[in-house]
Amino acid sequence: MARYGMVIDTKKCVGCQDCVITCKTENNVPEGYDRDWIVTESYGKFPDIQLEIRTERCNHCSNTPCVSCCPTGASHIHDVGGVVLVDHDLCIGCKACVEACPYDARFINPAGYADKCTFCIHRVEKGLNPACVEVCPTYCMHFGDLDDPNSEVSKLLQSRKHHVNLPDAGTQPNIFYLI
Amino acid sequence: MHEIFTTRNNPHVDPFMAMWEWQIPVYLFLGGMVAGMMIISGYFLFSGRHKESNCSCFSIPLTSIVLLSVGMFALFLDLAYKIHVWRLYTTFQFKSPMSWGSWILLLVYPALIANILIRPPQWALSRVPKLSDIAGKIQQHPMLVKNIGILNMIFGLMLGAYTGVLLSTMGSRPLWNTSILWVLFLVSGLSAAAAFVHLIAKNKAESELLAKADNGFLVVELFVFVMMFLGLLSSAKPHIEAANLLLNGAYAPAFWVFVIGLGIIIPLIIQLLAVNHKIKHTAIAPIMVIVGGLILRFVIVSAGQYSHWFNTHF
Repeated sequence: MARYGMVIDTKKCVGCQDCVITCKTENNVPEGYDRDWIVTESYGKFPDIQLEIRTERCNHCSNTPCVSCCPTGASHIHDVGGVVLVDHDLCIGCKACVEACPYDARFINPAGYADKCTFCIHRVEKGLNPACVEVCPTYCMHFGDLDDPNSEVSKLLQSRKHHVNLPDAGTQPNIFYLI
Repeated sequence: MHEIFTTRNNPHVDPFMAMWEWQIPVYLFLGGMVAGMMIISGYFLFSGRHKESNCSCFSIPLTSIVLLSVGMFALFLDLAYKIHVWRLYTTFQFKSPMSWGSWILLLVYPALIANILIRPPQWALSRVPKLSDIAGKIQQHPMLVKNIGILNMIFGLMLGAYTGVLLSTMGSRPLWNTSILWVLFLVSGLSAAAAFVHLIAKNKAESELLAKADNGFLVVELFVFVMMFLGLLSSAKPHIEAANLLLNGAYAPAFWVFVIGLGIIIPLIIQLLAVNHKIKHTAIAPIMVIVGGLILRFVIVSAGQYSHWFNTHF
């Protein structure tokens, strides 16, 4: 089975928020809510300052506390690419998955169900890239099968240093940041 | 300088998690107290204390059903997709404490009803005379009464433990992520239940017994707190910061004044004096214990949501 993931080049991301706006329009995300966002981390003392800009979203982890805690099975791992999704029809809006995510990547949609990034599975199943990847003007985002050693994402991870968010939380995230 | 700036501003998630509001601590408190009341009334049935005509074990189960229903209603109010609540009962998710809890609640109600049927309240008997026949038949079988007591103790234990496990399985929230949390909530539930029964008990010996038991529960609760903090403070940095939220951080005033001071230490001193016949038993100490138990749930739920991992890379 494929394991979909993203590789994001922090040396190229400029934090323009094109991915954020595109996600909102592509997925009808309600105003005031975000499925993806920009994080700017700065460290050091002038003139020795380091800066990392990264676009973040649900990490579609391999070890998923949000799925384990769900009392109805609404939070689940999709057959295609191990993408973590929420079945709106099963969700009761108990908020346990929102609490269980160490990345705070989920929110409660005003319609009542838990909401988050879907890796634009509706596009991916048609052979397209997620909308955020498609629109990035600096080409800093890459999407593909992490289990395929010949995929673009696997080759990038083999050739560049990278990190994941909150490795100590033990969730085995599938979004990697090139540094 | 080390700064992290995010553009995300999701309601109830940013700037820090506040997704669960008053409904969850109220539910956890009432669930814990009912669990304690089930264990106490179950013990009374098991030990044959129900043979005394004014045993509070006859009024506890009915009160428990009312309190648990209020708690479940609070939980229902918290659901964002209320009309889907029935989905809880179309599946059993083995890894989900909330799924366990929803099924445990289904076991708790029949156990409490069986407990009530041993000696139904007068107003119920006058409306449904058939109930006295049922009660008579149950009372003819002492082993059946004992088994109802055992069932109440087991399901009470499961309910009380579940209220803590619900939070402690959340690895994302360092304050909750301690496996001793269910012991804390269970002991606190037992303590609040003992205080409540001490308040309503008509039998003097029973009232005295529960005051003594409550003193024991309060001492154990203090011990569990020490164990919990030792565990958190000797763990990773997020856990140390989480413990410090209560010990000397934003939640310290509420924790030390209302949970430890007014909720445990002061009522413990009052009740120790009372059971040693230095002062009279009053309602003050039990009420302090009950309110302290409620505030404990508010503090743990709120501070736990605030506690978090650090997403830093430098």
